[in-house]
Amino acid sequence: MSILAWTYIMVGLTFSIYLAIAWISRVKTTKGFYVAGGGVSPLANGMATAADWMSAASFISMAGMVSFMGYGGAIYLLGWTGGYVLLALLLAPYLRKFGKFTVPDFVGDRYYSNAARFVALICAIFVSLTYVAGQMRGVGIVFSRFLEVDVNTGVLIGMTIVFFYAALGGMKGITYTQVAQYVVLIIAYMIPAVAISMMITGVPLPQIGFGSEITSGPNTGRYVLEIIDALHRDLGFAEYTQAFGPGSKSMLDVFCITLALMVGTAGLPHVIIRFYTVPSVRGARISAGYALFFIALLYTTAPAVASFARYNMINTLHETPYAEAPSWVKNWEQTGLIAWVDKNGDGVIQYGPGAPFSGRPSFTGETGELGQRLLSNTPSDNANEVFIDRDIMVLANPEIANLPAWIIALVAAGGLASALSTASGLLIVVSSSISHDLYYRMINRQASEAQRLLVGRVMIGIAVLIAGYFGINPPGFVAQVVAFAFGLAASSFFPIIVLGIFDKRTNREGAIAGMVIGISFTFLYIIQVNFLGMAPWFMGISAEGIGAVGMLLNFIITIVVSRLTPPPPAEVQAMVDNIRFPRGAGSAYDH
Amino acid sequence: MTKDMSLYWKKNLTYMVILLAIWAAVSYGCSILFVEQLNAFQLGGFPLGFWFAQQGAIYVFVVLIFVYYVLMQKLDKEFDVNE
Repeated sequence: MSILAWTYIMVGLTFSIYLAIAWISRVKTTKGFYVAGGGVSPLANGMATAADWMSAASFISMAGMVSFMGYGGAIYLLGWTGGYVLLALLLAPYLRKFGKFTVPDFVGDRYYSNAARFVALICAIFVSLTYVAGQMRGVGIVFSRFLEVDVNTGVLIGMTIVFFYAALGGMKGITYTQVAQYVVLIIAYMIPAVAISMMITGVPLPQIGFGSEITSGPNTGRYVLEIIDALHRDLGFAEYTQAFGPGSKSMLDVFCITLALMVGTAGLPHVIIRFYTVPSVRGARISAGYALFFIALLYTTAPAVASFARYNMINTLHETPYAEAPSWVKNWEQTGLIAWVDKNGDGVIQYGPGAPFSGRPSFTGETGELGQRLLSNTPSDNANEVFIDRDIMVLANPEIANLPAWIIALVAAGGLASALSTASGLLIVVSSSISHDLYYRMINRQASEAQRLLVGRVMIGIAVLIAGYFGINPPGFVAQVVAFAFGLAASSFFPIIVLGIFDKRTNREGAIAGMVIGISFTFLYIIQVNFLGMAPWFMGISAEGIGAVGMLLNFIITIVVSRLTPPPPAEVQAMVDNIRFPRGAGSAYDH
Repeated sequence: MTKDMSLYWKKNLTYMVILLAIWAAVSYGCSILFVEQLNAFQLGGFPLGFWFAQQGAIYVFVVLIFVYYVLMQKLDKEFDVNE
């Protein structure tokens, strides 16, 4: 059977499973809709959190980014896992004990202020919407690459599926489909990774394999990383494992980016609200452990995939006559993810540092005498002749390892699972921010259960439409919005939630001042650097890392202003005492 | 808060500080600040600093969360605040 036929079967099968789960777990109460009834087992919540967290970018792009960055890829590997330690130790157990539905709920109640609640809900919506646009685009791209449909049609199919199960089942439907999506995506990621590791080193565990010896070819008996470093030196790249040096980020910048991503992770509303769904404080503590364990399976495999891909790519491409290049090179050239421009006219592929031409390849539609697709781009003056899209490192793996067609189809289903699960988790945040925090808490306190559910479902519909719009008409700055999401989460929510739990003296005035100044500083800095083309003026820290500075600023301002203004009322201080020990957590209650 | 409770809270904070110190040491220490010094050593085919940055620190993160869970389970029982 062809790859295409298998892909239709795999995608059709997994989508049917998601829809069936959604139908079984449909809900009739707001508690079911916002926190899945508070009865999700910690293990299931761990899996759902992992799927919620790992987006299309983690599944498809991350190994590729690490592959091109070498050591520098650690900012993503560490930044997107280390935040869970902060969550487990500083936030999850206490927010669970607090036991409301959303992050703005906590901010509004702890700081006895609707202004604080409003600032928090605006941040939650902004962060989640920027994030979800990228996910819908991811769905469209996977559809177009594997199912040969138009990107926009893919986005529409994705929107329909997500709307169906998110509106029907709310948080409950989302949680149980995410569990299924985690299983699909981790199997799809691991099989090709294990196969590649076996092929190159004979070691089935990729985590060990990329520190092992090569077992075939001219490099037999030498370490994988040692050979990659040697290939890099020969081609004029910095060594793969080298940490700092010319052309790489400064140590301070790496430090700040890692910190901003970690703290941002712990402050992202769609991650935090997952811990409201477990039945107890104890459940919240261990659930964070399960979540990180499930995430770590993929995040420790990705750097191995990255190294193997780097080794394979340089070995199979550099100084290989185009006519003898393996078939996966030509297959992916057809999709435009690989392009070759024969600068010196020798019919042999040369690879090296620098871009072969500026921008993405634009094909003329004609083919050269060797069958390569010709380009209209003006070649740059370096010796590199190859354009490689970083996504190919994961997508082409099964073909490089000669795996059967059904596994290639499974990778497509895995990519879709990762994008859909993250999109649905974000949509419930947008919906609950408006229907619960804004409509019910601030506009209509008398709303009935049925009215609130209806508003929640309508808001999911509107959020899906907005996300779909941005998926079809992507803003030119999708890459930069990631800096926004993490920077804003780090500089707004994290400090005031932590202080709200650990410092009773922190009051309304301090929290609002801290949030507003932390966000404004981070927001303006990112705008200046990413959109107005200013040099990163604060100690050379890039836009991605400035959230760390914004967070420190927020901490300092909140603490100082709180000390200069009256302490919070006695009942708020009693509430803080109450959330500090687990007994009596019950399930999340309505209010 | 009764006296008992403030002792419970103090112990909780002690656990947290120790575990977060380890968290910072493996991620910011071994993986970033001292990565070049550690790269002078090898762990099988890995330069040690590189291994911490792309593997080791993540393993430590997972272990830290489970250790905190176990410590707090015991503490909750000791002070009779468990659920």
